[in-house]
Amino acid sequence: MMSARLRRLVSNLFVAFCALSVLIALVPLAFVLFFVVSQGIQAVNFAFFTQMPRPVGEPGGGMANAIVGTLIVAGLGSLMAIPIGILSGVYMAEYSGTRFSSAVRFAADTLNGVPSIVIGVFAYGVAVMPFRQFSALAGGIALGIMMIPIIARTTEELILLVPGTMREGALALGATRARAVFSIVLPAALPGIITGIVLALARIAGETAPLLFTSFNNRFFTTNLTQPISTLTVQVFTYAISPYEDWHRQAWAGALVLVTIVLSCSLVARFATRRIEGLRGQ
Amino acid sequence: MRRPAKGRSGRAGDTGFRFATGAFALALVLIVAAIGFELVRQSMVSVRAFGLSFWRTSTWDPIAGEFGALPFIWGTLYSSILALVLATPVALGIAVFVSELCPGWLKQPLVFLTELLAAIPSIVYGLWGIFVLVPAVRSLQEATPEWLRQVPLFSGPPLGVGMLAAGLILAIMVIPFTSSVAREVLKSVPAAQREGAYALGATRFEAIRAALYFARTGIIGAVMLGFGRALGETMAVTMVIGNNPQVSASLFAPQYTMAAVIANEFTEAADELYLAALVEIGLVLFIVTLIVNSLSRLLIWSMAQPTRRRVAAVVVPAEESAA
Repeated sequence: MMSARLRRLVSNLFVAFCALSVLIALVPLAFVLFFVVSQGIQAVNFAFFTQMPRPVGEPGGGMANAIVGTLIVAGLGSLMAIPIGILSGVYMAEYSGTRFSSAVRFAADTLNGVPSIVIGVFAYGVAVMPFRQFSALAGGIALGIMMIPIIARTTEELILLVPGTMREGALALGATRARAVFSIVLPAALPGIITGIVLALARIAGETAPLLFTSFNNRFFTTNLTQPISTLTVQVFTYAISPYEDWHRQAWAGALVLVTIVLSCSLVARFATRRIEGLRGQ
Repeated sequence: MRRPAKGRSGRAGDTGFRFATGAFALALVLIVAAIGFELVRQSMVSVRAFGLSFWRTSTWDPIAGEFGALPFIWGTLYSSILALVLATPVALGIAVFVSELCPGWLKQPLVFLTELLAAIPSIVYGLWGIFVLVPAVRSLQEATPEWLRQVPLFSGPPLGVGMLAAGLILAIMVIPFTSSVAREVLKSVPAAQREGAYALGATRFEAIRAALYFARTGIIGAVMLGFGRALGETMAVTMVIGNNPQVSASLFAPQYTMAAVIANEFTEAADELYLAALVEIGLVLFIVTLIVNSLSRLLIWSMAQPTRRRVAAVVVPAEESAA
């Protein structure tokens, strides 16, 4: 039997270790943010958003094409993922007891865990190889696949949170199930679903691996969906592994823009969820 | 005459609704099936050519058409397990601190900060890895005393890039996943469990140890979830691991992972066999992460059962009234 003093000592050491592990995790976070901001801020200027990449040796230039490219590819992904995600979420919530809805839930969770690089390989097989052409569309498909499970699961969860009395009220008034869902339940859950979409966007905006061999990269400005297109992440990768100082600076600037986009999306989503959770409490 | 007709049309509308939303849900299932099917189809050439020897040999020579994936499997497992060893104590420490120890006002900010860690894109970790972490690891290697470098675990020239850098960056990236699930799992431990322990005169550590033991299935699930993330992580690892296909026990040796070789060589794979070999690596990555993730979800889910039941109870009346 340990003495009381020893037991207290062990306990205090344990508490200290737990507090220390919080610090251990926050140090890299602070380091990463510090370097991204301090290095990035030196290279981010107006030209970064409006100009095209310059060739090696010519300082300056920007990533206008990559910024537009990221918006296009993420937009294509959303176009694909939002209908599939929301409607399959509706199905999972409305018919939650059925075997098929369990299968859909399992598929969504599985898809959520598939490494992004594997999704890239899949998109290459279905959208690049048949046409022998890297394209913005293929990139959009890859990102869309990654967004679907996030949107589907959030929609499901949020619909289940809508008070059953609201749905029952609609049904009691003679509404069909479709009417009850689309006119009453979905609108009530909408803020939360939008939060889910924003979170999904925040996640895919920072994805590189699935774009490497789908939307590929492009030195030029393009909005053609059947052509390879530049994205912020792939551009940062290309610059980061290059041996040139100027390009490294550009990579840090790109990283700063990326982190800003991703973190502001997360912040918006976070405040929105807090509001919803507040409503839930009432 | 009119009333049943109306009723039937309403029911027909409901059936239509069910099939319409069901079609989109089916699309989700089909996408997952299609991923598996495509990967198998595209990798057949390599599977037929090499069979199981693909996973036992370690020559990776695209020009000679010889492909052995052992170094990649080794690198993926080594880096993920290393990340797990580094991340698990810290992640559990955070989970315990946030859910059991810290004052209430600190809870939300800490949850938010650990979530930020998960929100930072992999490519940004990679960039930071190349320019900050790798030089730091290099000076650490240079500071390693000569006698220690004789040990196989620390052998090799001080390059900076290599297994240690990869394991460290993966650990940072995995911590938020493991800790947030572990936190949820701890939340599902009944308060009576802790109160009972305290009532028996347990110290904080002893009470929390009891809670952790109570939640062990879920905790193991949380750790496995982190493992699944680490297995598939691509960009950050690609940028710091050194991309050298070799089977080495050394933390300082540059190595390679399955995800990294796909990322680096996929666009260069000119011939059919080369491409199929890379897709086969992707297929195995898909299967392994699928198994790991399913297992971890099963463990977490079995832990969270009581809460599930409560949610279901809320839903059931709506289901019945609609039926």
